[in-house]
Amino acid sequence: MIGCIPDFAGMTKESQFEAENIAMLEIKNLHVVVDGREILKGLDLELPKGQVHAIMGPNGSGKSTLAYVLTGKQDYEVTAGTVTWNGEDLLAMDPSERAAAGVFLAFQYPMEIPGVATMTFLRTATNAVRKARGESEYSTPDFLRFVREKAAALKIDPEMLRRPLNVGFSGGEKKRNEILQMALLDPSLCVMDETDSGLDIDAVRIVAEGVNALRGPERAMLVITHYQRLLNHIVPDRVHVLSDGRVARSGGPELALELEESGYAEFGEQAA
Amino acid sequence: MPAVQETVARVREIDVDKYKYGFTTKIESVKAPKGLSEDVIRFISAKKKEPEWLLDWRLEAYRRWLTLQEPTWANVKHPKINFQDLYYYAAPKSTEGPKSLSEVDPALLATYAKLGIPLKEQEVLAGVKGAPRVAVDAVFDSVSVVTTFKEELAKAGVIFCSMSEAVQNHPELVKKYLGSVVPITDNFYATLNSAVFSDGSFAYVPEGIRCPMELSTYFRINEKQTGQFERTLIIADKGAYVSYLEGCTAPTRDENQLHAAVVELVALDNAEIKYSTVQNWYPGDKQGKGGVYNFVTKRGDCRGKNSKISWTQVETGSAITWKYPSCILRGDGSRGEFYSIAISNGHQQVDSGTKMIHLGKDTSSRIISKGIAAGHSNNTYRGLVSAHRRATNARNFTNCDSLLIGDKCGAHTVPYIEAKNASATFEHEATTSKISDDQLFYCLSRGLSPEEAVALIVNGFVRDVLQHLPMEFMAETQKLIGISLEGSVG
Repeated sequence: MIGCIPDFAGMTKESQFEAENIAMLEIKNLHVVVDGREILKGLDLELPKGQVHAIMGPNGSGKSTLAYVLTGKQDYEVTAGTVTWNGEDLLAMDPSERAAAGVFLAFQYPMEIPGVATMTFLRTATNAVRKARGESEYSTPDFLRFVREKAAALKIDPEMLRRPLNVGFSGGEKKRNEILQMALLDPSLCVMDETDSGLDIDAVRIVAEGVNALRGPERAMLVITHYQRLLNHIVPDRVHVLSDGRVARSGGPELALELEESGYAEFGEQAA
Repeated sequence: MPAVQETVARVREIDVDKYKYGFTTKIESVKAPKGLSEDVIRFISAKKKEPEWLLDWRLEAYRRWLTLQEPTWANVKHPKINFQDLYYYAAPKSTEGPKSLSEVDPALLATYAKLGIPLKEQEVLAGVKGAPRVAVDAVFDSVSVVTTFKEELAKAGVIFCSMSEAVQNHPELVKKYLGSVVPITDNFYATLNSAVFSDGSFAYVPEGIRCPMELSTYFRINEKQTGQFERTLIIADKGAYVSYLEGCTAPTRDENQLHAAVVELVALDNAEIKYSTVQNWYPGDKQGKGGVYNFVTKRGDCRGKNSKISWTQVETGSAITWKYPSCILRGDGSRGEFYSIAISNGHQQVDSGTKMIHLGKDTSSRIISKGIAAGHSNNTYRGLVSAHRRATNARNFTNCDSLLIGDKCGAHTVPYIEAKNASATFEHEATTSKISDDQLFYCLSRGLSPEEAVALIVNGFVRDVLQHLPMEFMAETQKLIGISLEGSVG
C-alpha cells in the first residue's frame, strides 16, 4: 500500500507521538462482507480532525459500503480490522450511539417517512442527539429559530420543512435537507455519500457552500464521490482512490484532476 | 413532536411486560350469583329497581339469546367461552347510596386518580387552572360510580347520567330510543348485552343545543371473572351537537375477561355526534395469556336529514377485538365517518372495521382505517359499504392502510361493497407496507433509538386519523402508540 499515510512520513518521533494522540478516524485492515460477498478487502485510512478527505473510485469499489460500515448499518458484516474514532471503537457502537459520538452520514438516497413533517423529524433527531451528549434539549421556539437560520443559509424554503420528510422532494431538496441535518446535529465526523449525484450545477454550488461553512478545525469530513466536479467546490486536503475494496492510491487534490483526465481505467473500471 | 420523546420516556419508566393499568382495587363488592339464568336477570333488574317493561325487554332478549350461536366468521381464535362461569353483575358495595362526588368511596376516587381520569369537578368549578373541562361518567365493573358536571350540563338542558339513573329519571326517553338502533335481536353479543346490561352512560342533547363540554365515560373492569356489559345511549336532537369520549382499562389477570358492550347513537335532523374511543383494555401477557375479549356492537343512526355521525377509535388493548362501529345513513344528506387506528402487538387479535349503510338520498361516508400489526398479532379490517335502491347519489371514500412491523404478524383487509343504486360512487383504496430496515436505519443514524424511530414512523402513518381526535386525546394517543409497540423492534 503506497502513499497511504504520507503526512506522517518525515516526522520526528515526538511529533509522531503527538499525531497519534490527535482526534482522528483510523481504519485498519477493514474487511467487510455483504450478502456473502467480500466488498472491503483490507482497507486502511487515517483522517485527522480539521481535514477533508475525498474518497473516489469506480462503481463497485466499495465507497458506499465504507459509508454504511462507518454508520453501523446492519447486514454489513465486519470480518476483520478495526475502526476507531477519537480512540473509541466505532464498530462496538450501535448506530444511534455513533450519532451521539459525532458520526453523521449524508445519504446518497435519503429515506422518505410519510406523515412525519420534516420539521418534526429534525427536532426529534436534534434533541435525541443533544440529550445523548448531555446537552439541553431545544424548546420549540428556540429550535424554530435555529432551523430557520440554518435553512436560510442552504436556501431551503421554510415550506419544505412542513412537508413530510423527503416525500415528493426533488433531488436537490433531498440533498440540501441532508446538509441541513448535518448542520443541526453538529457532528465531528461527516461522511457524505455521493452528495452531488442528481444535482445540477447550481445545486452543487449551494450544497458545497453549506458543507464548506461546516469545515473547521474540530471537524473531519469524508467526501465520497464518483466525479471530480464536487471537489472543485469542496477542495479536499487528501484524495484516496478506492479499487476492489482497498485504497489503491492517495494524493493531494491534484489527484482528483488527474482522474478526471484519465478516468478509472487503471483502477479496474469495466468499460460501460 | 414532543410526544415522541415523552412516549419513550414513558416506555422506559414502564417495565416492558407490565401493563400500566394492571392494578386491582381492593373493595368489597356485591355480586349476582355466578352464571346466567332468568333469575340472575331478575336480580340485576331488581338491584336497579327497574320498571316492568325493562325487565320484560331483558327477558325477551335472554330467551332470544338462548337460541343463538356465537359468530365464527371473524378472523379471531379463542377457546369456547363458558357463559355460565361468569359473574354478570358486580358493584362496589359503597356505591349503593346516592351519588355525589363527595360521597364516593375514596378507594374508587384513588383508582381513577391513578388512571389519570379527571373526576375533580370542584377544581374546575373553583377555577383551578389546567383542570380539564370534561364531564365524566365513571363506570366501575357493573355500575356508574359518579358523573361529574351534571348540574353544569343541566343548565344547558343536557342530560348526562348513568343509564340506571336515566331509566329512573327519564324513562320516556329510554323507552323511546333504547334498542332502536341495535335491536335485541341484532347479534349474539348484543342480544346477551340486552339481557344483562348493567350500566353505562346516557346523554340527551336537546334541540338546537351545542353541548358546552366534552362528555366522557371511563370504563374499568376490576372484579375477577366478571363480564362488563355496559350500554350507552346518546341522542342528539334536531340541530344539536355533542362530542363524546370513551376510555377503557382493566387489571392484569391470567384469565380472559369478557366485555360485550352496546353503544347506540341517534342523530336527528341537522344534528351531529362525534364519538371517540381510546380502548386500552388489558391485552394479555407476552405469551398471549389473559386479556380482555372486547366484543362490542356500536352503531349510529343518522335518523334525521343532514345529520352526521363520526366515529374515531384508537384500539390498542384487548386480547381480542371484535368491533364494527357503524352508521345507518337514513336521513337524506346525512354523513357518516369512521376513523380508526388499530394497533396489535404480542398475541393480540383484532377484527375491526365499520359498516356504512346508505339508505337516504345524497348520503356520504368516509372511512380511514390504519392498522398496525407487530409481534405475533393478527390485524383485520372488515368493512361493508352498501347503497340501498333508493340511495341515489350515495358516495363513499374508503382508505385502508396496513403497516407491518416484523415478519410474524399478519394484516388483512376484507372490504364488502354492495351498490343497488347505479348512481352510487364508491371508492376504495388499500395499501400494505412494512417499516423498512432502511427507514429505521435512517432514523437510527440520526440518533433516534429503535423505539423512538418506530414511534415516529407509526405516528406519521396514523396522522390522518390522529387529526380527528379531540385535543385531549391526541397527545395521549401518541404516547399510547409508542407504549403499545414497545418491544416490537430490536
